[in-house]
Amino acid sequence: MISYLIKRLLEMIPTFFGITLLSFFIIHLAPGKPTDVLTEMNPKITPEAREKLERYYGLDKPIIVQYGMWLKRIVKLDFGESFSGDRRPVIEKIWDKKKPLLERRLFITFMINTLSMFLIFIIAIPIGISSAVRQYSLYDKITTTSVFIGFAMPSFWLALLMMMLFGVHLNWLPISGLKSMNYDSLALSGKIKDIILHLLMPIFVSSFGGLAGLSRYMRSSMLEVLRQDYVKTARAKGLSEKQVIYRHAFRNALLPIITLLGLSVPGLIGGSVIFENIFGIPGMGQLFFMGVMTRDYPLIMGILTIGAALTLIGNIFADIGYMLADPRIRAK
Amino acid sequence: MNISHILNHFFVFLFFIFAFIECPNLYATQPPDYAYGDAIVEGTIGEPSTLIPMLAGDSASHNVAGMIFNGIVKYNTDLKVIGDLAESWTISPDGMVITFRLRKGVRWADGVEFTAGDVLFGFKTIIDEKTPTPYKEDYLQVKKFEVLDKYTFRVTYKKPFAPALTSWGNLIVLPRHLLEGKDITKTDFGRNPIGTGPYKLKKWVSGQEVVLDSNKDYFQGRPYIDRYIYRVIPDTATMFLELQAGGIDIMGLTPIQYTKQTNTNFFKANFQKFRYPIFSYTYLGFNLKHPWFKDKRVRQAIAYAIDKNEIIDVVLFGLGSPATGPYVPNTWPYNPNVKKYEFNPEKARELLKEAGWKDTDGDGIVEKDGRPFKFTILTNMGNRQRINTATIIQYRLAKIGIKVDIRLLEWSTFINEFIDKRRFEAVLLGWSIGLDPDQYDIWHSSKTRPKEFNFVSYANPLVDELLEKGRRTFDIEQRKKAYYKIQEILADELPYIFLYVPDAIPIVHARIKGIKPSPIGISYNLHEWYVPKRLQRYSIEP
Repeated sequence: MISYLIKRLLEMIPTFFGITLLSFFIIHLAPGKPTDVLTEMNPKITPEAREKLERYYGLDKPIIVQYGMWLKRIVKLDFGESFSGDRRPVIEKIWDKKKPLLERRLFITFMINTLSMFLIFIIAIPIGISSAVRQYSLYDKITTTSVFIGFAMPSFWLALLMMMLFGVHLNWLPISGLKSMNYDSLALSGKIKDIILHLLMPIFVSSFGGLAGLSRYMRSSMLEVLRQDYVKTARAKGLSEKQVIYRHAFRNALLPIITLLGLSVPGLIGGSVIFENIFGIPGMGQLFFMGVMTRDYPLIMGILTIGAALTLIGNIFADIGYMLADPRIRAK
Repeated sequence: MNISHILNHFFVFLFFIFAFIECPNLYATQPPDYAYGDAIVEGTIGEPSTLIPMLAGDSASHNVAGMIFNGIVKYNTDLKVIGDLAESWTISPDGMVITFRLRKGVRWADGVEFTAGDVLFGFKTIIDEKTPTPYKEDYLQVKKFEVLDKYTFRVTYKKPFAPALTSWGNLIVLPRHLLEGKDITKTDFGRNPIGTGPYKLKKWVSGQEVVLDSNKDYFQGRPYIDRYIYRVIPDTATMFLELQAGGIDIMGLTPIQYTKQTNTNFFKANFQKFRYPIFSYTYLGFNLKHPWFKDKRVRQAIAYAIDKNEIIDVVLFGLGSPATGPYVPNTWPYNPNVKKYEFNPEKARELLKEAGWKDTDGDGIVEKDGRPFKFTILTNMGNRQRINTATIIQYRLAKIGIKVDIRLLEWSTFINEFIDKRRFEAVLLGWSIGLDPDQYDIWHSSKTRPKEFNFVSYANPLVDELLEKGRRTFDIEQRKKAYYKIQEILADELPYIFLYVPDAIPIVHARIKGIKPSPIGISYNLHEWYVPKRLQRYSIEP
């Protein structure tokens, strides 16, 4: 098992560099440069000034040289400096050590996505199981239809509807941001309440869309298990339906879900672009969006690299989880 | 950077320059409800990148930095250049030397006095090879910069350059005592600036808010509003909901929000709306190298076929005015007497016929030498107003036998692959225009190289001469004459069809008083805005 893990870890290295190489080239293939934000269609700016700026950012060098320079830095875990006017180190934008934990972008996104993932799992798994157990019943049809409505509904639309209802008409919840303006003057309990109120809508919106996929997955996985011989055996032995489902079928049906859990690790920091922008939440999704809009290459690459690393780590976790859950894989 | 971005940028620049106008009678006429205190919350789509103006390319940065820094000069509400940190200036008769006298007793927010040495420092910084700024061009025209005494400096130009005066607006004032010997791209000054302006930075939480406190020692008097908060809300729909929920006090509306969504009792009771022309225009530009558009009569025919008022009514809900040239109506360079092309499809058909375009095969499209008149208008994605304008033009030109296709392109692709490479027949775009009327870069025949801005390849020796004349004199009457003539020529030759000048339509909470709308907008006198004590919403601890 250890040697298998080491092999998997070693395999990750070329994969990781392959991903960064592709990302680097694709970003540079897109038309437009970071300097365009400063110079494009502005008659005050001469072509000479534009060239100077490009030289300053090293954009006049061939892409492969630029990639080499980037690689040289990244092996030292240096993500470089952002191209935006503040020239702050990319890592500081993502994880600013001087700020309280709650204000660091990576943490904010991670927290929201973990909470919504948790919500998705605790709601979707029971829905999936109960739908499978009662296949084709009215309950099954209703849950299927409602989760698919959630799946089909654009999240920005749902977000706006909720803001209008809870923010404007009922005035129960804050519309956007992470903290109220008087946050600093609140007592600790007030601060916690304030943040929870701000997070309710974003977490609901980001969970809602995810319910359909997971609950359907759980349902089909459960259905498959329920058809297996050992379930029939269990029933034949006279075990109660509860015991059959929760002791025998459920554990096995959960196996594929472990893989899914591992694969959702990168989603914990990405995949938040839309709702972070709509709800004005200062997380990684918002930062990534701003980076792309301003062609801030070091920032985009920094976030992509972290994403790639997390995807690979997530895969390893999925493998380990599988091994722990399924003795047959361990034996191999 | 797209045009709306540039537009924003320009506004901010305006705001900057006009930031705060003097009002000597303020105290004499002060109504009884003037009061200090309260806060204003403004929604901003983008977060500032840095608060050093010369390094910032985005409007959000200039917007905030404009509250913290002053320029040497600014514009007043009549669009005249007046002093900001400068008390006065003299221009030598040959227009080559400008001597500025600075205000005495102006202090940086940390208490150190502002002097000509700071201006010299800012000037040296902006022209420094190592400073990555797109704005150095105007300063590179300076041959010699001399500090004559603590409050006086003199700049000598290589040749007379009328836009030079306004270039001393907002970019180069930096505190020497804090930055000398440092690399401004490496210091944290951009996130912790010290300026001379009406507000100073209190805190900046990335992605969330930038909080400014009033500068109680501001040389034009302490601002009434104690705090100014920019809240970062990247989505405009969310921002509009925040406005309704009381989360923000100021935002710019869209025409549909202005005419329909804010036309309710709630908004009438709680908000005040403003409307004034933006310093920009939208146009249909032709590739003059294209054989069909070489003929002036064809361009004029297209002008007659387009109904500008229809476009304004439909696209802007009436919130704009027809453009007849590259200047905004009712400003000093604007020539009201140029040739106007009233909507007249009949005349358009005649002109086309004259130019040899006739529908010979009866398919409704005119032909010449066996080729039907079809062309494509390129415009950028994401700008609904432009897309709708293009659609209306398409409909109107079909009526006179010209088939138009519309193609939408992502902004960078549009500029890099089509504009720069001259791969277009016609484009629908906009220009934001500076308050100085110099438009050398857009119309001069020497500015047609790749990445330059005369991409329609317009060339007219007389226009070239007038453009040069206009930028070489400071005499406003002479300049006016030159720009009037240029507009007459452009209106006749129509390298662009000038379509409309949109209006800025901001909304501000009703509790905020003291706003005096002017042709240059509303923010120029922000330090005079106030909220009467009984209406104040926030209590600010000093």
